[in-house]
Amino acid sequence: MGNAMRSPWVLHYDASSCNGCDIEVLACLTPVYDAERLGIINTGNPKHADVLLITGGVNAQNTSVVENLYAQMLEPKVVVAIGACALSGGIFASCYNIRGGIDTVIPVDVYVPGCAARPQAIITGILQAVAILGAKAQGTHVPVDKAAREKVCQ
Amino acid sequence: MTPLLGALLYVVLAPVLGCLLAGADRIATARMQRRQGPPLLQPYYDLRKLMGKRGAEINGFQGYYLTGFLLFTAGAGALFFHGGDLLLVVFALTLGAVMLVMAAFSANSPYAHMGAHRELLQMLAYEPMLILTALGLYLATHSFAVSAIASAAQAPVLVLPGVFLGYLFILTIKLRKSPFDLSSSHHAHQELVRGLTVEISGGNLALVELAHWYENVLLLGILYLFLAPWGVAAALAGVALCYLLEVVVDNSSARLRWETALRSSWLVALALGGLNILLVPALQKGF
Repeated sequence: MGNAMRSPWVLHYDASSCNGCDIEVLACLTPVYDAERLGIINTGNPKHADVLLITGGVNAQNTSVVENLYAQMLEPKVVVAIGACALSGGIFASCYNIRGGIDTVIPVDVYVPGCAARPQAIITGILQAVAILGAKAQGTHVPVDKAAREKVCQ
Repeated sequence: MTPLLGALLYVVLAPVLGCLLAGADRIATARMQRRQGPPLLQPYYDLRKLMGKRGAEINGFQGYYLTGFLLFTAGAGALFFHGGDLLLVVFALTLGAVMLVMAAFSANSPYAHMGAHRELLQMLAYEPMLILTALGLYLATHSFAVSAIASAAQAPVLVLPGVFLGYLFILTIKLRKSPFDLSSSHHAHQELVRGLTVEISGGNLALVELAHWYENVLLLGILYLFLAPWGVAAALAGVALCYLLEVVVDNSSARLRWETALRSSWLVALALGGLNILLVPALQKGF
């Protein structure tokens, strides 16, 4: 395992989520699920983070914030979209202010479905993202052809 | 153990010891919180990961300041394990800490400035007690030289109980543990966006971590001096016990305001440290 994979520091951002998935993300840090045993630290600083955990469908107000956070993160970096809203807008997809999934703003590497996503699924998603992070760190990452991939949604 | 060998062993082994200490700290904290905790070598993985991040420079000065921080901190430790002047060690350590503050101030971020300012307030809090510690060890052993203090006939802690407790008090500040983790908390990574290191990332942050490992070994070395005449095993056990106590205090207390930290540190320095120093001749006669 590469060093990037052993020490994935996480930045958690709520992009107009109902906070359900955010509570599940924070639950991952609690003793029951204990994400720190995998080396995961929840940092509030995009400059320190490797993995961006985003919940919620993006709206017009926080589009620039999400882009800003993503731009501030240092390479190599990965994005995990958590919850139905982050995948496609979820039940709020037809609202006038919701843009849709996170991938309308920034490239997403892993999608974690659920409403709210369970901590076990979130940790699995983070680990899949960590594997992609390792590949990016070594320069062996092959981006997925988005047109050919089916998104899990609704 | 020649002085030169001591210094060389420190330069080479302190990062290893500091890394294991940091790992053990995190595991102990996790177990106290009924969690499993990371692997013991997690700080080493963190360091290597930080060294692999690309594009971390924010300005031209930060790298130089942080290299200065590392060099002065490791230099202070090397001087200590060389058996040199304890007062010089304390001031070299302070110079290193000021370099870290300069690195934080060099960034154009309000969070960084706030963290740097709080770090300066922390330094204001612990410096008096640190100097009183060096002074107390001199009065107890009639020498500022670490080599002489380490080979004293009588354990300094017996005539310096107040100074010892005072040093333990400010060790909480130096190790960045609650309730005095004002500027860059050891565990909370979001408080004031971890102010001091908010604009320090990638390889520069790795330098800061490495310097902290060197510093922790030096600080525990000073603690060891109080117990040195009791033999290596007993002194090391005492140091380990004190460090465990710091972790317990860290886990069971919330952060205090900087005014409280400053006031209580100076009170401790005055009451425990100052009073003890006045009484050293009497205590020495007693033993």
